[in-house]
Amino acid sequence: MNPSSPLLECANLTRELYAPAEGKVTAGSAGPAKTLLHDVSFSLSRGEVLAVVGPSGAGKSTLLRLLNRLDEPTSGAVRLDGEDYRQISPLDLRRRVGMVMQRAYLFPGTVAENIAYGPAQHGKNLPPETLASMLARVGLEEYGSRNALTLSGGEAQRVAILRALANDPELLLLDEPTSALDEAARSGVERLLESLIRERHLACVWVTHSTDQARAMADRVLVLAAGRIRAIGTPADVLAPSLPGSSSEPGGAA
Amino acid sequence: MIEHFFHTEIARGLVECAITALLGLVVMLLARRRAPDLFRDLPVAELRGVLQIVAVGAILAFLLHGPRWTSIFVLAGMVFAAAGIVRKRARLIPRAFRLALTAIAAGAGGVLCLMALLGVIPLGITILIPVGSMVIANTMNTQSLFLDRLRGEVLAHTGEIESALALGATAEAALSPSLSAAYRACLIPSIDNIRSLGIVWIPGIMAGMVLSGASPLYAALYQFVVITTIFSASALTCLIASRMVTRRLFSAHEQLLLRP
Repeated sequence: MNPSSPLLECANLTRELYAPAEGKVTAGSAGPAKTLLHDVSFSLSRGEVLAVVGPSGAGKSTLLRLLNRLDEPTSGAVRLDGEDYRQISPLDLRRRVGMVMQRAYLFPGTVAENIAYGPAQHGKNLPPETLASMLARVGLEEYGSRNALTLSGGEAQRVAILRALANDPELLLLDEPTSALDEAARSGVERLLESLIRERHLACVWVTHSTDQARAMADRVLVLAAGRIRAIGTPADVLAPSLPGSSSEPGGAA
Repeated sequence: MIEHFFHTEIARGLVECAITALLGLVVMLLARRRAPDLFRDLPVAELRGVLQIVAVGAILAFLLHGPRWTSIFVLAGMVFAAAGIVRKRARLIPRAFRLALTAIAAGAGGVLCLMALLGVIPLGITILIPVGSMVIANTMNTQSLFLDRLRGEVLAHTGEIESALALGATAEAALSPSLSAAYRACLIPSIDNIRSLGIVWIPGIMAGMVLSGASPLYAALYQFVVITTIFSASALTCLIASRMVTRRLFSAHEQLLLRP
């Protein structure tokens, strides 16, 4: 680990989607391509939060999928701590890069089993005291033995966050983690994420629809539109000042 | 009633086929809004079915006078045809023909060979081909159900599967719940066949054996033999398919390829 170099570097990331052949979408086959992401480059330091904003279809989720290697770029490279993604086994990489999705997608079983899922995949047990302190940290002390599929949206998303953190990642990817929640649950999860990111000094890429959220949470903001970077900089530089009652959809940001 | 009007076996058989085919079409017509695709498929399926089974009847009549080893070729041909039919149902699953062929050949073929070696299924053409075809046809159906259900499970649970991958799970671990659901669903009919044997269902082979002079008790026991052989072959075929299918749904970098 080299603290002075950026933790995450993306160089000229491009993702194209080719015309479906027999209902299958395959990268690399002939056909007119749709560009989901074009020539995206940026870097991220440890402890830094980068918000990625942009309208629907701008390529925000595509970018996050590439950063967790759930998808492969057509060209360009991603480096974690100076090491090319292609040199790291995908299983190791995904333990170092945690991800929280829009919905919690908890697995059948107890809350405790869900949180211990990541460590269990590489043969590690999560010590009961660690589990207890994690649950206490998010206000779900009594929830360890509960059926994970009976939780409310906000509770489930807290468990999904703990599940991602149980792998002790260096980088956390958040794909609109509060957009499926109601107002009360949303602000709770937002506050929780903010404090967890600061406590653990995590680097974080936070995809959001809301410029207000980006302004509140992020050190820097990356604005995507039609798969291209429209702007990148501090929230004050990139985002128009918030007006009471204004739309939180990023529009004339660049 | 039919025998009053049609005096030869062949003519009677053809009329009986026409009546049942018509009944099938009427039922599908009633259900056309539920499954329009199936309704379009049925007339062609019926025509194919009757031509194929008549051809098999003719071949059987010919083979009965030939050497025993010819039945191997007939059964191998059935395995190829079954794999072709499974491939059509396994939409979006890459290299499905090879998967189905390997799984049916190893699953159904393996179980049939074992039963033949143990002497449970006699090597005579008149038994090996009908019993073999029942086993192959049922493994084909089970495998079609398995792959169809698996595709549905994966498309419905993409979020859970990718969440598991994102936590560092292997493709096998991430797919495991979908495989279990598909495996369970596709074997329910085979298990219910065993359970309902004799109560709900007295299949043709028993009637055939009794008609040809076997004791009803032995015919009954042999019916159980056939049905459980079908179950073992189906379960083994789908187990092999479940091993082979994972690598077809994920890239070498543990990325889910089958997404909505």
